[in-house]
Amino acid sequence: MEAATGTFQPSAPAIVGRGNWRVRGSRAAALVLCVLTLAGCATAPAGGRAGGGADDGFVADPLEPFNRSMFAFNDAVDRAVLRPAAVGYEAAVPIVFRDMVGNFFGNLDDVRTVLHQLLQGKPAEAFSDLSRVVVNTTFGFGGLADVASEMAIEKHDEDFGQTLGVWGVNSGPYLFLPFFGPSSIRDGFGRIFDIAGDPLGEIDSQALTNGLWFTRAVDTRLRLFPAERLLEGAALDKYSFTRDAWLQRRRNQVYDGNPPFDEDEGDREGDNEGDNEGDK
Amino acid sequence: MLTEQSFLRPSVAAAPASMPRRRAGALLVAFCAALFVGGHAAPALASEAPDALIQRIGTELIERIKSDKSIRDGDLNKLSAMVDELLMPHVNFRRMTSLAAGRWWRQATPEQQEQLMTEFRAMLLRTYAGALAAVEDQSIRMRPTRAAADATDVIVRSEIVQPRGEPIQLDYRLQKTGASWKIYDVNVLGIWLVETYRSQFNQEAAQSGVEGLIRSLEAKNREFGPDRKS
Repeated sequence: MEAATGTFQPSAPAIVGRGNWRVRGSRAAALVLCVLTLAGCATAPAGGRAGGGADDGFVADPLEPFNRSMFAFNDAVDRAVLRPAAVGYEAAVPIVFRDMVGNFFGNLDDVRTVLHQLLQGKPAEAFSDLSRVVVNTTFGFGGLADVASEMAIEKHDEDFGQTLGVWGVNSGPYLFLPFFGPSSIRDGFGRIFDIAGDPLGEIDSQALTNGLWFTRAVDTRLRLFPAERLLEGAALDKYSFTRDAWLQRRRNQVYDGNPPFDEDEGDREGDNEGDNEGDK
Repeated sequence: MLTEQSFLRPSVAAAPASMPRRRAGALLVAFCAALFVGGHAAPALASEAPDALIQRIGTELIERIKSDKSIRDGDLNKLSAMVDELLMPHVNFRRMTSLAAGRWWRQATPEQQEQLMTEFRAMLLRTYAGALAAVEDQSIRMRPTRAAADATDVIVRSEIVQPRGEPIQLDYRLQKTGASWKIYDVNVLGIWLVETYRSQFNQEAAQSGVEGLIRSLEAKNREFGPDRKS
């Protein structure tokens, strides 16, 4: 893998064919297939920024027809399986145990975060999050308790998509993945690596691995309830609202909360309207 | 005046015991806090700096919410009155709405502009009202703010530190109009409110015009508004 390629190369996913990763499960297979298929028709990178260059507020979304169908697909799966499972999980399992579950998966996320902090050249943060993992794995009973947060060791979140972004790879077109949801060509590609490196995949029992994956999916879904309520009430079009928010959020994550300020925004129409009015 | 570390915690201590403990409510908390909570002034800025203003508003709002259980329980009318009294004098909501509406703002009649503002405001209020019930144990931390001393348009950066999980990023965009600073955009977790709604509004207006956009907002507000039976 070459660093700092500057722009996303549609041919890059061809590497997947030579890969030797232990990508397991039908979901991973579907993802690989999906990325491979789409990479072929990915032509114009969106520039990695919501609203970039467009003066009409539209975000470049060349894969929109595919994305919208996947959005509908995920919605159907969610309504049939994931959401009911999350509702049942919340009702049946006391908060104490749900916290343990969340902490356990959070500890695994921290391992991934450390790896990517190193890849992004942030050794101080990597040391901090590594100490989270050490503390939580030992004093936190294998990650069930988030002792590190009690000790005010801050949690961060990094993944391969962000690392590619730091290396200079543009996000490419927005990509809505079956099961995984909002992504981009770059981040979908990165997700393959993150899945391949998922410690849960190292477990010898495939049944146990699948069980833990499903539990994590349900846990994640439960945490999305507030966002879901917000989306229901605040979005005119849930698909584009999700897309625009997600693209902004990812760009922000790549820059760790300090994205360069875009001076072009001064050109926004309506910019001078109401400047002298402090009304309500 | 309360310190940055303490001024959110008392509201948590005052929360009713029956308040559900929702860790996952962080996002909503953030949306809420974006408008209701400020931080202390960064040393690089003068006393009348925008972040100082935000802290003052935030403190007033927090004190009010703490003393009014009905607001915490989601009474939209009370919340609305409070927002009008304490927050809106410091928000250039016309600018916020006009930026979100983009080119459609100029095509709208003055009446339509008023309607847009009314419906947009109602939509945002609903969103923040839901967030108030989820307030837990958070504190505010200011982040470095890059602004020249003579700037008239600044971004104030802060974050909410949670007991667990990543801090929630909260930024504000303020513009100096005359002698006072006014908020016209909010960023939660890296997502700017105006930019996000700009796309939503444009998509709707491109299909069905300004009138159609207003009707969509009205419908949304009716569907999820306080009168909804659920």
